[in-house]
Amino acid sequence: MVTTPSPLPVRKPRKSTPPSSQRTRGDIPFAIVNYTGFLLMALLCAYPFYYLIINSVSANDASALGDVRLLPQGLHLSNYEQIAGLQGLSSAAIVSVARTVIGTVCTVLASAFLGFMFTQERMWKRSLWYRLTIFTMYFSAGLIPMYITMKTLGLTNSFWVYIIPLIVQPFNIILVKTYVEAMPRSLQEAAEIDGAGTFRTFFRIILPNMTPILATVAIFTAVTQWNSFQDTLLYVTDQSLYSLQYLLYTYTNQASSLAQAAQNAQGNLGSIVSAATSQTPTSIRMTVAVIVVLPIIFIYPLFQRYFVKGIMLGAVKG
Amino acid sequence: MSLTQGTPTTAEANAAAPAKLRPAPDPRRRRGSREVRSAQSSKTLFLMILPFLVLIFLFSYLPLAGWVTAFYDYRPALGMSGSEFVGFQWFEMLVSSPTQMQQIGQVLTNTLAMSFLGFATSLLPVFFAMLLNEIRAPWFRNSVQTLTTLPNFISWVLVYMIAFSLFSTSGLVNSVLHDSGLITTPIKFLDTDQHVWLAMLLWSLWKGLGWGAILYLAAIAAIDPALYESARIDGAGRFQIMRYITFPHLMPTYVVLLVLSIANMLNNGMEQYYVFQNAFNKEYIQVLDLYVYNIGITGNSLSMATAIGMLKSLISVLLLVAANAVAKRARGTSII
Repeated sequence: MVTTPSPLPVRKPRKSTPPSSQRTRGDIPFAIVNYTGFLLMALLCAYPFYYLIINSVSANDASALGDVRLLPQGLHLSNYEQIAGLQGLSSAAIVSVARTVIGTVCTVLASAFLGFMFTQERMWKRSLWYRLTIFTMYFSAGLIPMYITMKTLGLTNSFWVYIIPLIVQPFNIILVKTYVEAMPRSLQEAAEIDGAGTFRTFFRIILPNMTPILATVAIFTAVTQWNSFQDTLLYVTDQSLYSLQYLLYTYTNQASSLAQAAQNAQGNLGSIVSAATSQTPTSIRMTVAVIVVLPIIFIYPLFQRYFVKGIMLGAVKG
Repeated sequence: MSLTQGTPTTAEANAAAPAKLRPAPDPRRRRGSREVRSAQSSKTLFLMILPFLVLIFLFSYLPLAGWVTAFYDYRPALGMSGSEFVGFQWFEMLVSSPTQMQQIGQVLTNTLAMSFLGFATSLLPVFFAMLLNEIRAPWFRNSVQTLTTLPNFISWVLVYMIAFSLFSTSGLVNSVLHDSGLITTPIKFLDTDQHVWLAMLLWSLWKGLGWGAILYLAAIAAIDPALYESARIDGAGRFQIMRYITFPHLMPTYVVLLVLSIANMLNNGMEQYYVFQNAFNKEYIQVLDLYVYNIGITGNSLSMATAIGMLKSLISVLLLVAANAVAKRARGTSII
C-alpha cells in the first residue's frame, strides 16, 4: 500500500552509529527489542487503514460482525458502486475537491505574493503591516465572534467560507519571506533595472524561483483543506455545501438509517439483494472512510519530503 | 532607486512641469520630486497588499468587536441593537452561580488534565527519535517513519471513524475478545465515562507521536559526528552516547516546544473532543473549546460562550507573553 519513501533530505549519509567492530554483547538484544518495538508501532499505525480497506471490499455480513481481520473475505466492489447513489455523496465529493483545489491555489498565490511583498523595504510602513499580519497567529477572538463575523459578511452557507478566510496564512507568509530573503538580491535588482514593475518581477522572476517552498505550502494547504471539518460544522447548514469529512461524520452517526435507505433504493431497482452485498451501517462507513482517506494515503509518501521540509522551516522560525 | 541619479526621468520631468508656477526650480524642489516618486512607489506597494490587509482585518481583527456580545444578552433574532446591555452579568455568573461554577470547574479540570497529560508525554517523541536513530537499516527506518507519520495527516473525523470500527461494541476488538472467549458481553470502549482522559491521550499520541519525532530526527542529523566519534574513542557505550550526547542536543528544541505548549494549555482545540463526545463521556471530555461550542452553538447561550471565549483568549495571550519572557531569559532569544 505505502511505498518506501525516498530518503529524507535532512538525513545526510553519516557515520554516527558505531562500526560493527565495536559491537558489544548487548547490541544484539537491544537491536531485537528496538526493531520489534518499531515494527509494532508501524503496524499499530498502518493496520487501521488496512482494516478499513479490506472491510470495504469484503462481504458486508462478515464485516458487520468484525470477522474480516487479516484478509478480505468474499471480495466484491459493489459497495463502491452502490455508495455513489447515496444522497449527498457526489455533491460532497465535488465540494471537497473544489475547496481543496481552489483553496490551495488561492492560499499559495497569496502566501507567495505577500511573502515577497513583505521583503520590499520601500513599502510604506512595511514592518507595521508585517507585524499586524504575524500577530494574528497568537490570538483568536473565539468561536462565537467568528460566527457572528461570518454571518455579518454573508459567508455562512456559502462555498466561499471555505476559501476566503483561509487565504492569508501568516505562517506560510513567514516561510515564503524567509525563502525570498535568502534569494540573491541581484535577481530582483536586475529585473528592476530592465524596467520590470513589481508585479512583473514577482510573476516572471521571483515566483518561478520559489517552487520548492511553494510546494511545501501547497501540500500543507491541500491536506488542511481536504481534512477540514470544523468550518462546515460551524458555518454551513446547507446540505449541498457539506464536505466529505462532514458527511463522513454524519454517516458515522446515522449510518443505520442510511443503510436502510440504500437497501430501499436497491429494492426499488428490483435487484436481488444478498446478505453479502446489501448495505450495512458498517459497510457504508468503511467505504466512505476509504474514499476520504485514499487521497491522503496516496499523496503522503510521494510528498513526504515536502512535509518534512515544512516542519523544519517552521521550526527555524517557530 | 538611486540608480537613476543624474539622468532626468519622466517622473521628474512631470514633476518639474508644475514647478514653473513657482519662482525658481531650486535644487530642493528637485530633490523633493525624487522623494515624491519614491513615496508614490512605496504607497503603490502598500496598495498592492491592501486587499490582503483587508482580509486580515476582516477575519482576525474585526471579530474582536464581537467581544461586546459578552456584555449583552445577545439574541440573534433581535440583533445587537435589539439585545439588552447587561454589563458584567455573564462574568459574575461564572463565579456566583454554584451550578455554573461546578460546571466550569469540571471543564477547566478536563482542559488542564488533557494539557498536563500532553506535557507529561512530551518527551515521548524525543525518545522515539533517539531510538529510531539507532535503527541501522535505512529502508526500515524510512518505512517506520512514513507509517507512523501518516495518522497525523488524517482528520479527527477519520480517527473517530477508525476508533468506531475498532472499538465499538460490534467492532474488531470486541469481536476478537469475544471469539477468544475472554468476554461474553461486549466492552463499551467508547460509550463510557471511564478512562476518558486516557483514551483521548492515547488517540492524540497515535495521531501525533511519529510526526512529533520528525523534528528531533532532524536535530539528531545535525549533531556533529565528531562528537560521537570522540565519545566512542573515550569508550562510551550506546546508552551513554544517547544520554550524554544526543539527549542534551535535543533539549533546546524540546524546551521551546514545551514552553509553547504551556502557553497554549487552554487551547486544546475542539475537533478531537467534539467527534469523540457522546452522552456517556460528556462530563469528562468537555474541554474549554468544546464547552464554548456546546453552550454557544448548541445551547444558544451566545453571550456566555463569548464571555468564556474572551477570558480564554486574554489568558492565552498573557501566558504566551510570559512564556516568551521566560524563554528570552533562558535562551537569550524570543520564541515568537
